[in-house]
Amino acid sequence: MKRVIALLMENQPGALSRVVGLFSQRGYNIETLVVAPTNDATLSRLTMSTEGDEKVVEQITKQLDKLIDVVMVTNLSESEFVERELMLIKFTKDSFPENVFDESNIVSKNNKIINVQVVGTSSELDKLISEIDTNNPVEIVRSGSLGISSDEKTLTIEN
Amino acid sequence: MDKSNKSGAEALIHSLHLEGVDLMFGYPGGAALHIYDAIFNQNYVDHILVRHEQGAVHAADGYARATGKPGVALVTSGPGATNAITGLATAYMDSTPIVVISGQVKSNLIGTDSFQETDMIGVSRPIVKHSFLVQRAEDIPDIVKKAFHIATTGRKGPVVIDIPKDFTDPEYKFEFNYPTEVNMRSYNPPEGADTSRIKEAADLIATAKRPVIYSGGGVNQNNASEELTALAKLLNFPVTNTLMGLGAFPGSDPQFMGMLGMHGTYQANMAMHNADLIIAVGARFDDRITNDPNQFALSAKKIHIDVDPASVSKIIHADIPIVGSAKESLTALIEELKSRDLKTNESDISEWNEQIKNWRDAHGLNHSLLEMGAQNGKILPQQVIQSLYKETNGEAFVTSDVGQHQMFAAQYYHFDKPRQWINSGGLGTMGFGLPSAMGVQLAYPESIVSCVTGEGSIQMCIQELSTCLQYGLPIKIINLNNAALGMVKQWQDMQYGGRHSSSTYENSLPDFVALTESYGHVGIKVSKFDELESAMKECISLKDKLVFLDVDVDPNEHVYPMLEAGNAMDHMRLSKDEKTW
Ligand SMILES: Cc1ncc(C[n+]2csc(CCOP(=O)(O)OP(=O)(O)O)c2C)c(N)n1
Ligand SMILES: [Mg+2]
Repeated sequence: MKRVIALLMENQPGALSRVVGLFSQRGYNIETLVVAPTNDATLSRLTMSTEGDEKVVEQITKQLDKLIDVVMVTNLSESEFVERELMLIKFTKDSFPENVFDESNIVSKNNKIINVQVVGTSSELDKLISEIDTNNPVEIVRSGSLGISSDEKTLTIEN
Repeated sequence: MDKSNKSGAEALIHSLHLEGVDLMFGYPGGAALHIYDAIFNQNYVDHILVRHEQGAVHAADGYARATGKPGVALVTSGPGATNAITGLATAYMDSTPIVVISGQVKSNLIGTDSFQETDMIGVSRPIVKHSFLVQRAEDIPDIVKKAFHIATTGRKGPVVIDIPKDFTDPEYKFEFNYPTEVNMRSYNPPEGADTSRIKEAADLIATAKRPVIYSGGGVNQNNASEELTALAKLLNFPVTNTLMGLGAFPGSDPQFMGMLGMHGTYQANMAMHNADLIIAVGARFDDRITNDPNQFALSAKKIHIDVDPASVSKIIHADIPIVGSAKESLTALIEELKSRDLKTNESDISEWNEQIKNWRDAHGLNHSLLEMGAQNGKILPQQVIQSLYKETNGEAFVTSDVGQHQMFAAQYYHFDKPRQWINSGGLGTMGFGLPSAMGVQLAYPESIVSCVTGEGSIQMCIQELSTCLQYGLPIKIINLNNAALGMVKQWQDMQYGGRHSSSTYENSLPDFVALTESYGHVGIKVSKFDELESAMKECISLKDKLVFLDVDVDPNEHVYPMLEAGNAMDHMRLSKDEKTW
């Protein structure tokens, strides 16, 4: 089962390397990792997804929480949450699959190349990739999962 | 004075002073020279010049372990910083509070592969609790404050402060303000007692029939030995300590079963295996304790008291997790038990204590080997420890290195007080013994500080004999000389058909007596049993001298008991030809 962990950390040099270092140091398998500053410029939000079992995820969460630069951690998959990922796909014009995308998916187009953009859950994106496999896409790039809780719970701090 | 203008280097030393530091260990070099000049110009903080940066960090660590106060080491950039790494990893594994300050190349040179540049923050990242790269001279007081706060609170650990040389420039001065408190939104370690599950813990205690109190280094670190002892006395429950936890409960008390784990006593391991309740305090169920975790104490409920949430239920599921200070959580537990006017299953408990006594009688350690004289004309290493124990009335600080000698010291010297036994349990660092003893001796100049070592380990930091002369440190080095990397050889005997691959030295050992004397100290050689006790007496009686007692011990001796890997804790080898299964 895919699990998604999100955290807020100090937006400081070195903070990200501590988080990433922890994964290799403790032997955790991380599938996707997304980091960006939040609207509070002193904080970055990091989202990661993993296939680990519950016990492993509990350890990851606790170990992350122990890092001094990490302000707050949450295991989003503990309750209902929304997971989304962005994918960009490049096709040659000749192999562009008809009837799969609409005009709104197309983000660039010239006489050789068409780039499309798709947003969905990771498994939706997986499925789409297998569907367009025969069209030999030239390049596929995925953002990794972002997550947000479905209810009133938030991962924010009061200033 | 506090508000006067200071350079970064002066601010650093003054901040250390305000943190209560009066002693630091270090080794100079280019990137640290501004700091060294600031040290020269003040009288608050003494600096001990070691002979290798590893020694500086171990000495700071030994000081911290013996006193409970944070230890401080100062090294230069590049090779100075990398030499400090083993010391940092050692402190990290045993959660000791030290602050290591490293000089760094000038900030404009960082990232250019400049002379003596090493990414200290990167290299040390996985083996520190936290680290700081100074970005402005003005930040130094604030960073020092945070570093000491982080090192000494929660689960303690080493903190690195890496300071580019330009931020200690004596020409650049700024107004010095030392913060009075630390406020970090991202760091709030558990404080005080965790009382949320105390009642449930007391319920389990009240009904236990075969309880064991299992305590580790966290109890010593948290100064919770008194509370631990009070709990054990209140309940009349048997106690075992980990290698790191020795001294937390008096080693000579009849309720004490000895150390547990890999080379733990028969009775301690059997008690753990058969227990119906394990009260773990400041211990982390590591693999040297549990053996196969899937077969570990299957009939026992576990109460786990620890300040580190990540240690609880990491390896062994805790039925009652108590995440907080050991000292205060134990106090809360004792109060709860007293308020209930607690009745334990007294008859069950005394039956259980009787069972433990029977185990001890059957296969416990023999603490009277010394009286038995030479064995096959040889001195047993255990006899040397017993002689040391006798001549020091059990009151010495004992530091150790890693190997058979370490296990013999842990098994045969009964530590009655916390912080008396100082060794690298987590990382198992050969070379730790002598420099850590320097830290202890400097903290307690009047006490007997002995370093139990082996001819292998002592050679890893032997250069510190020179430091000991410079600062007059009368450490008693007890070298259990078996002319081999004994612990390695033992494993080769047991698992590799006796093929001693690179575990002996082919007559290349130095004459330790001559070596010690050339460093200006006293060396004594013992090769016959009849000389042992008088030589030990002489060694201890030479109060103001460092003495290197080089004792030839039986090279064929193995450490037992020994847990059989991949099994439960009741699978032990008891001697070369006896096992429990
Ligand atoms: C720095 C380091 N290197 C290697 C080891 C592996 N090791 C563990 S015990 C040991 C032998 C130690 O020999 P000695 O100090 O003579 O002690 P003895 O076992 O003979 O008492 C070795 C090599 C270690 N623990 N530390
Ligand atoms: Mg040896």
